[in-house]
Order: sequence, then structure tokens, then C-alpha cells
Amino acid sequence: MNTVIKTEHLSKIYNQGEIEVKALNDVSCEFHKGEFTAIVGPSGSGKTTFLNIIGGLDSPNTGKVVIDNTDITKLKSGELIDFRLHNIGFIFQAYNLIPVLTAKENVEFIMLLQGIDKEYREKRTKELLKEVGLGKMMDRRPTQLSGGQQQRVAVARALASKPRFILADEPTANLDSKSTAQLLDIMAKLNEEEGITFIFSTHDQRVIDRAKRILVLEDGKIVEDKKM
Amino acid sequence: MKEIIKIAWRNIWRNKLRSSVVIISIVLGIWSGLFIMAMTYGLNEQRINGAITTTLSHGQIHNPKFLSDQTINDTILYRLAVITSINTIPQVKAYSERIISPGMVANAKGTFGTQLTGIDPQNEIKVTEIYNHLIEGTYFTKIKRNPAVIGKKLADKMKIKINSKIIVTLQNSVGDLVNAAFRVEGIFKTQNTTFDGSTIFVRKDDLAKIVDFKNGEINEIAYVGNSLEQASIIAEKLKLKDKNNKTETWDEISPELGYAQEMMSTFLIIFMLIVLAALSFGIINSMLMAVLERKKELGMLMAVGMKKQKVFAMITFETVFLTMLAAPLGLLLSYLSIEYYSTHGIDLSMFSSGLESLGIAAIMYTYLPREMYVNVTLLTLLVAFISSLFPARRALKLNPAEAIKSL
Repeated sequence: MNTVIKTEHLSKIYNQGEIEVKALNDVSCEFHKGEFTAIVGPSGSGKTTFLNIIGGLDSPNTGKVVIDNTDITKLKSGELIDFRLHNIGFIFQAYNLIPVLTAKENVEFIMLLQGIDKEYREKRTKELLKEVGLGKMMDRRPTQLSGGQQQRVAVARALASKPRFILADEPTANLDSKSTAQLLDIMAKLNEEEGITFIFSTHDQRVIDRAKRILVLEDGKIVEDKKM
Repeated sequence: MKEIIKIAWRNIWRNKLRSSVVIISIVLGIWSGLFIMAMTYGLNEQRINGAITTTLSHGQIHNPKFLSDQTINDTILYRLAVITSINTIPQVKAYSERIISPGMVANAKGTFGTQLTGIDPQNEIKVTEIYNHLIEGTYFTKIKRNPAVIGKKLADKMKIKINSKIIVTLQNSVGDLVNAAFRVEGIFKTQNTTFDGSTIFVRKDDLAKIVDFKNGEINEIAYVGNSLEQASIIAEKLKLKDKNNKTETWDEISPELGYAQEMMSTFLIIFMLIVLAALSFGIINSMLMAVLERKKELGMLMAVGMKKQKVFAMITFETVFLTMLAAPLGLLLSYLSIEYYSTHGIDLSMFSSGLESLGIAAIMYTYLPREMYVNVTLLTLLVAFISSLFPARRALKLNPAEAIKSL
């Protein structure tokens, strides 16, 4: 299979006062193109830390993360920002849209940062927002959208840069059942029809039920890796 | 960059109250800076104008010895030649010949030190404006024998009224003390109480008789040009034509006026630094709040790939936009208030006794050179830009992973 991400012996230690907390302990694994992976585990098991490290938002104490032959742990700060822009899509628990921009502008913004020309940008933005069911709400600002709608804008934004994979940290944690179902349908469709790779951390059984692969983390270690 | 500018512009309207507070503080900062400058400039202009129009005129000519000990015998050397020279200089608008004699003035209330200035009233009114400062009586038109026009403070000290008789004692040209009686025809009040407390104007011919000047001797020639700027041009020409006497411009005669100007410039710099420092702290505080409130959003922007320079630029633009909104308002407010008080004046009469002893009028008229508006605006923009650097730098130090999780 086509390996997108490979982690080798990742360790991350946080110092909380005099206590050392091992958030990740020698984690090695691979993610392949087209996977729909849920990282699960109790609170404090290291799910978010793991996502942050493979997303280049945090650095490990030891080990490396190789994405398409690039060891991102060796990249400088500026290079890493550029790498994230072109290779990784993010979906956050609290949506984190830019409140002063409309749904359309939020999606378009990522492509603007990439330097994509206006014509293509506008075309792709419309397509993406239609794909997530918000074709008629493009000119609304985040405050005029429900939580579920905001998260769908966030999905469109994550897809806008045509990333190698999308990382989602507890994407359904703030959503009601209906919105969760709608979001999962969209993500599953994108995964199945367009082969988009999704990796998400979650506690939500509804998300776990839809995952094709489940990684269980406990005390910073992968204790189970199930393919469904 | 266009998108960054758009976001920055919209960001400043997210918290209208905070943005309004920043805008108002910048407006008040610019206004207070410019208005205090206008008051200081106006005050200084008035002080200089007051001194020029009552005593100094644009320049004066003296016998060099007269300047050191003010002896009445140290008269202008080769007077007629000097007068001829003055008449050949086109920039000279008018001049007045004066006899200056220190002396004592006495009446039933006591004896006071004074300076008698003998003038030719017809020429003097072309050079100074004492006649405009008369508060009682007339200016050498009614009393035929030995009329005098005296300062109000001196009149008050001596409890003198119009037509009162005063006795002056002074030294004549042969060194004898002589007494003479004058009758008060007018009382003047300038903005300088020190001048008003010691000066008596009399007719030159009357004083010449008392001090025994028989050949038109004088101690001083005061001249005015068509403008204040011409004072030094005239002085230079006179210096070339007349090597026997000493010609000085108003600021050379009264250097304390120049020192006051320098002192006020220093004071203005200090004041502006305080205003700008306060403004700077206000901006830093508000923008820092704006950054800390938006940690999550800034973290997201950095996470999805917005370069640090762009985050930095966005915060800086927000501050600059606020300043660009506030600066025209501050300038307009300043311009309107300065223009209003430049014609209506600010009534400082409650402090008048203290101010007048410093030669400052009780009504202060504001004045500000046009270039100061530009200078202060540029300075404010610069301070705003510098103030934005700290909050912008703070934004750069955010760790995206932590910032995204922040509440």
C-alpha cells in the first residue's frame, strides 16, 4: 500500500512542575493512502499529542515522522509552516474558522496562502462548499452558521489545499447527533469516492463505528491496531 | 497581502468598544499634543510681539558705552549720519529717536525707581503701540506742558490719576541731579507688569531741556522693518554703514526672549514624549488584549500554514488602521479648536497677575505653524507602528498546538 505517514519511535515528554509525563512512548506506525483511521483512547492517552506531532504542530523528544519521504521533525519552523500548508489539512474540535470572513472566504483563504489564482480559487471554493452541502450559505459568516455547518466549512477548508491527508482532532465533540451524522457522511464519501486520507482522534462511538481502522492508545503507547 | 489587509480591517471592528477606545485615545493624544503646542507657540509669539510692539521694536541703535552703564551722556555718535543711513535703507518702515534716562519718581505716596523715555510721539506711534494700550487719558495730545504717560502698575503704586502731578529726579548731562514736574496725561497697561511698573514716557524735547541736551542728542534709535524677518537684514546694513554705534536686533537686545523660546521647545519635546509614551502604552495594552483574546484563531492560522511574517503584518496593520482612522479626526479636532482660540483667545485672567509679571497676556491666542500638524501626525503614526510591534511579536511566540486548545 502507498504509505503517506510513517512514525518511528516517537516519544514526547511533558514536564509538569517536577513531574514528567510521558505523553507518547515509543510510538511507531504507518498510515496509508485512503485510510479512514480513528485514534481512540481514554483522556490523557496521548491522542492529541500524536496528532499534533504527525501534523507538525509539535515536535517529539525522540523519533521521527516521515511524510512522503520528508522527515518533518528535521524541518525548520518556516519550512514546516510551508509543508503544513501544502500537505496537511486540519479540522479542529472548535471549528476555528476566521470569524470576520464568510464561509466562502474561509475556504478560499487557504488557497490564497498557497498563491493559487483567483479564477481557480473561486471555482474550487464553490465546488467544495457544494460538496459539504453549504452551496447556498457561502456568504454567511461563522456566527450565522450552526456548529455542524461551521464544521462542514472547516472540512471544505481542510480540503481546499488538496492535502496529502486530513487530521481531525475530536471533530464531532461539539456537534449534535444530526450534525455528527451529516459530517461523517461527508467525510466517508470524500474518503470513498476521492480517496482522501482521514486520521482523527475521537471518543465518539458514532465516529469509531464508521472508521476503517482503529488505533487504540493507552499511556502513550499503541495497544491495539484494528482494521475493520 | 490583500487578504491580510482585509482580515486586519475587519478584525478592528470585531470589538467596536475596544477599537473606539483606542481611536479616542489616539484622537485625544494628537489633540492634546497639538493644542498644547499651539498654546505654547501662541504664548511665545504673544510674548515676543508684546515686547517688540511696546519697547524693543525690531532693532535698536545705541552708543556702545550706553549699553553697559546707561549713562545719559553716552549718546548716539554722529546722529545725523546715522539718521541719513537709516533713511537710505528701503526695508526700514519707521524709526523713533529716544532719550533714555533712569531716575526716581516721587509724589505724596512715595518714591519709586523709574526709566524715563523721551520720545517724539508722532514718530513713536509708527514704531511702538503704547498708544493702543492706553486704558485712561490720552497720548500726548491734551496737556501742553510736560505731559507724561505712565504704566498702570506704577500709577497704582503711586495712586496716581489722570492730571496728577509727579516729580522726577534724574541726572543731567553735566552730572547734576535735577528735578522736574510732569503731569500725567495717560496711563497704559501692557501684558508686562514689570514694564508697566517702571516706565514713564515723556516728550523728547521736554526731557532734552531737563537733561540739558542742546544739539538734538539722543540715546537710542528704535526701528521697525516691513516684517520681523527684515530686522536682521536692516541690522546688517546698518552695521556696514555705521561703525561707531552698535546696532542690535530684538533678540540680541533681549536674549531672554530667545531663551524662553528654547526653553519652550525643550518643554514641548518633553511634553510630546509623555503624550506619545502614554499613547504607546494604551495601544500596546489594547492590541495585546486583542492578541490574547484571539490566541485560538492565531494558532489556527499558523497551524494551517500562514507564515509568521503575515501574522505579524496582520497585527501591525490593525494598529496602523486604527491610527489612520484616528489621525484625521485628531487633526480636524485640533485644527478647529486651534483656529477657534486663535481668534477668540483663551481667557487666563484668573492667573493674570502671575502671567503678566512674566510678560504674558491674560488672553492667550493659539498659534501653530502648519508643518507641526504634519510632524505630529507622522510622529503619531510612527509611535503607533512601533507600539504594534510588541503585540505582533507576542502573537508570533504563540505555539499553534497550545493556542488552538486555549479557551
